[in-house]
Amino acid sequence: MAERNHTIVALVEDRPGVLNRVASLFRRRGFNISSLAVGQSEQPKLSRMTFVVQGDEDTVEQVTKQLNKLIDVVKVSELQEEDVVARELALIKVNATPANRSEIFQMVDIFRANIVDVSAHSLIIEVTGEEDKITALYNLLRPFGIKELMRTGRIAMARGMREGRAERAKSSTNGASENDGP
Amino acid sequence: MKLTGAQIVCESLLREGVDVAFGLPGGAILPLYGALPQYPQLRHILVRHEQGAAMAADGYARATGRVGVCFATSGPGATNLATGIACAYMDSVPVVIITGQVPRPAIGKDAFQETDITGITLPITKHNYLVMQASEISTAIKEAFHIASTGRPGPVLVDIPKDVLLDEKAEFFYPDSVDLRGYKPTLDGHPSQIQKAAKLIAKAERPLILAGHGVILSRAYEEAMELAEKAQIPVITTLLGISSFPTDHFLNVGMPGMHGMAYASIAINEADLLISLGMRFDDRVTGRISGFAPNAKVIHVDVDPSEISKNVKATVPIVGDLKRVLRAMLPQIQPAVHTEWVQRIEQLRQEHPSMRIRETEKLLPQYVLRTLSEVTEGKAIIVTGVGQHQMWAAQHYGFKEPNSLITSGGLGAMGFEVPAAIGAKVGKPDRPVWSIAGDGGFQMTLCDLATAVENNIGVKYAIINNNFLGMVRQWQDFFYNKEYTATSYTHNPDFVKLAEAYGIPGMRVTDKTQVETSIRWAMETPGPVIVDFMVEPEENVYPMIPSGGSVNELLEEPWQEESSPIGEARGR
Repeated sequence: MAERNHTIVALVEDRPGVLNRVASLFRRRGFNISSLAVGQSEQPKLSRMTFVVQGDEDTVEQVTKQLNKLIDVVKVSELQEEDVVARELALIKVNATPANRSEIFQMVDIFRANIVDVSAHSLIIEVTGEEDKITALYNLLRPFGIKELMRTGRIAMARGMREGRAERAKSSTNGASENDGP
Repeated sequence: MKLTGAQIVCESLLREGVDVAFGLPGGAILPLYGALPQYPQLRHILVRHEQGAAMAADGYARATGRVGVCFATSGPGATNLATGIACAYMDSVPVVIITGQVPRPAIGKDAFQETDITGITLPITKHNYLVMQASEISTAIKEAFHIASTGRPGPVLVDIPKDVLLDEKAEFFYPDSVDLRGYKPTLDGHPSQIQKAAKLIAKAERPLILAGHGVILSRAYEEAMELAEKAQIPVITTLLGISSFPTDHFLNVGMPGMHGMAYASIAINEADLLISLGMRFDDRVTGRISGFAPNAKVIHVDVDPSEISKNVKATVPIVGDLKRVLRAMLPQIQPAVHTEWVQRIEQLRQEHPSMRIRETEKLLPQYVLRTLSEVTEGKAIIVTGVGQHQMWAAQHYGFKEPNSLITSGGLGAMGFEVPAAIGAKVGKPDRPVWSIAGDGGFQMTLCDLATAVENNIGVKYAIINNNFLGMVRQWQDFFYNKEYTATSYTHNPDFVKLAEAYGIPGMRVTDKTQVETSIRWAMETPGPVIVDFMVEPEENVYPMIPSGGSVNELLEEPWQEESSPIGEARGR
């Protein structure tokens, strides 16, 4: 089966050790995790985690089932690529001299990114978007000399009109049965 | 009234109906031991090593179906539990472990006897807690028992800092129910899936039931039996499924897999439908997955959705408690006969007599187990560790009573047999409990003989003594050119003198003719005893499907293939 990136969103209890439990699970079961982002959710005492997991359908099914087994994980959904809004934020510190600054400014403009810090020899650029966009800007900036790159990893959300379609909810633990019938 | 953390632990355990806990004290857990005299209803059994506490709690839980409880102190006390906890986790056994932790201000400072036991046990517990307030203890214990005993059972650890147990007082309140947003096991199977399963069963010509530990855990013996009999479906029992279905029932085909009955493994290969009940397609059952049951559709019933399609793709998955699923399914099952199929399996049984023991004057381990089965009429609880003795017990003991084999299946922990048998006997004092031990495993945990003696726990220890790490030696025999590196035990202690040292009777058996009398002697002698069976040292377990192989690579006992006279000929 084809390996590709899958976006999984989990609603988890906001308790000490939860991140450890999740990370330990991924390591122990040998799941490949491309990125992980955690933050508060709209509900008190619950956080939301976005994972990007590499693997085939069977692997991703195991990931969601194993995540669901964790007591502190309340709900797990796999988001279908075409029906989600996915964003990542990156900070890029790039070498810049008075001579080439304006060239960089133009690129930043085109990518609708922001300059958030200027010093004599470098700039910090803040860019938000899908991973491809960030990678594209990064590649364009590389010739100037990247001093530091920091990416947050993907966060994702199902589009409003298509929630039913995009969220292949795995929270109903009987879910496996509906999908896997003969 | 305000209680200390330690008192709250005891009150909570009593609310959960706990009557016995296995443990060993130390600094951080001492406040709990300080409170115990106020709670005489809570029997504490002092072990000699914390691994024994965890394994005794495991044996108790398996024998009774109730949650086993053990205590240990921080640091080494807690880490010593780890093998026992992992064992309970792998075999889905409900155990609640209470550990003391260093006082809160010392946590994270590498204090004396500090270990991060919640971190260490993360992958070997179903869940765990570090309780930082006395007022949170009762809720944590309530949840721990709930999580340990529902859904797919498993161990839950509750770690409590010393100062929370000792200094802090809180109003005691025991919750009636738990509120866990992230834990709601599915117990009822999906009706349309059950219907699909019933249709598949009706169409099958060569169906097999694969009964696993789940049948025992959900106490679904009658339902599984009714399914088998109503549709005449032969039953294969996995190692942990043994005794979920009577061994002498005409539909029982026995154990499959690495050391299973050849005919059971071949039958799986020929089946057109596997009805997997609470089993997880362990590699010891399947061998190479691609060569496993190539012609079969699979109905997989399990309470843990992550087991479904993990190893073998399910045609009809059903998530739910086995007893409930089978109860819903049974009215939809059409009465049927599969005469041809049953006859085919009978024919395989004739062609591959995996259970036959060769005629010899030598003291064969298989003969010991067969005789034990006969003398105890198949009614004892048999507790084993891992290795050759375990496989011979699984093969040659004819279990007549449900839930009578307690064995370290998933983890395969040597030494499990000594303390787990203690736990089983404490839980089931009226049943005979035989610990079948290897001489290797026995020496890993024999310190807990003192526990059995001190508390007069009448476990009968049968050491299947070949002065080898027998199963490892067998692999060296088969796969490492007979280089018996580090498997020969040249200086085993005299186990009869050891029995004497512990103040219990012991007997050595070196001759086949003594086997039956020694077993009767052990049964008639009150309290714990040791019988040291000096068996044929280089006996191998057959049949064998080498690791990662399929049924086509199955090795049967060589003498069966030869026409040479039965007796000494081993063919190797």
